[in-house]
Amino acid sequence: MKKRNLGFTWFVAWLCAAQLAADDGVFDQYRDLMGDDNPAVFVIDEGEELWFAPQGPESATLEACDLGLGPGVTSGAYVRFPRYFADTDAVMDLESRLVHCMTTIQGRDLETVTAKPYSLRGDFGTEMEALVTWLAAESEGATIAPEQTHAAERAMYSLGEEIFFYRAGPHDFSCATCHEQSGMRIRLQALPDLTSHTGAAEAWGSWPAYRISQGLVRTMGWRLRDCFRQQRWPELQMGSEASIALQTYMAVNAAGGVMTAPGLKR
Amino acid sequence: MAGRIKIRAQKKGDVTEVKALMRHPMETGMRKDQAGDPIPAHFITEVAVLHGDQPVMQGHWGAAVSANPFLGVRFAGGEAGDTVRVVWTDNQGGTGEGETTIR
Repeated sequence: MKKRNLGFTWFVAWLCAAQLAADDGVFDQYRDLMGDDNPAVFVIDEGEELWFAPQGPESATLEACDLGLGPGVTSGAYVRFPRYFADTDAVMDLESRLVHCMTTIQGRDLETVTAKPYSLRGDFGTEMEALVTWLAAESEGATIAPEQTHAAERAMYSLGEEIFFYRAGPHDFSCATCHEQSGMRIRLQALPDLTSHTGAAEAWGSWPAYRISQGLVRTMGWRLRDCFRQQRWPELQMGSEASIALQTYMAVNAAGGVMTAPGLKR
Repeated sequence: MAGRIKIRAQKKGDVTEVKALMRHPMETGMRKDQAGDPIPAHFITEVAVLHGDQPVMQGHWGAAVSANPFLGVRFAGGEAGDTVRVVWTDNQGGTGEGETTIR
């Protein structure tokens, strides 16, 4: 078993080590061509409408939702996440904060709002995806500046770092297996080095993003969950400590970078 | 949600360049959902670009066109301020329409 794992690790190392030469920045050219025509623009509109739409037993909008800059302040809020909230005494990412607002302000059922945060095959976007996309667009061009003042926020970063380098699962993978070197790719996708500022800023700043191959906008929460799936790790739950910790690790490494989301990906 | 179109039309010399982005799932009918049930076909079958009331392009589309399709068209003529419309119909009887003025 050990031998087999080692063989697989070598295979992955070889896969990741494939040189960037074959890429030629073709996808960057494509992005330049399509830049102004990112279908995420529709999702931004839908997210904005959902924010102002009365919902739930309280028939309330999310305008009273405090994303950290005061109730209803959406501009520049996303770049400060993940952050500590005194009212819940927890470090939250945007998705878990939205869930908190939906259950407390709109009076909606926790199980219902967390049942399907991300689109499955055949879906055409979820409420969570739309809200996150709009809120990220509300921070477009802003400097990534997650809070690291509260002890809980610093603890979250340390936990994220620990998970990032933790090897587990049948493939003995850690996040670092693919994301700790620069200039590498897997198949044709350039792999960002998330331990470096440049790589983290590029990655953190470009999600949520429209995935052309899926015809959907995906959030960072989804991206992490899918990384877990690719590592054959247990399913990562939206708003879980592991998810928020990894996002904190990435966001803090990305601090100082520019939010360019919603991005456009393969 | 479906039915929205974002259009830009710009005069470039003698021609007008129209760029339209449409909100549509463009389901082929060949996919299955997570439960294994087929996802019904849902795609744009006819699309047209109109300059005023004059059609400058008409097309028949099918399931091979991507979700949220992007359409780029150039036609001769057109003046700044003229109306350009893009309309579509899909296989389920849905329609979409968007309008802009030439810049």
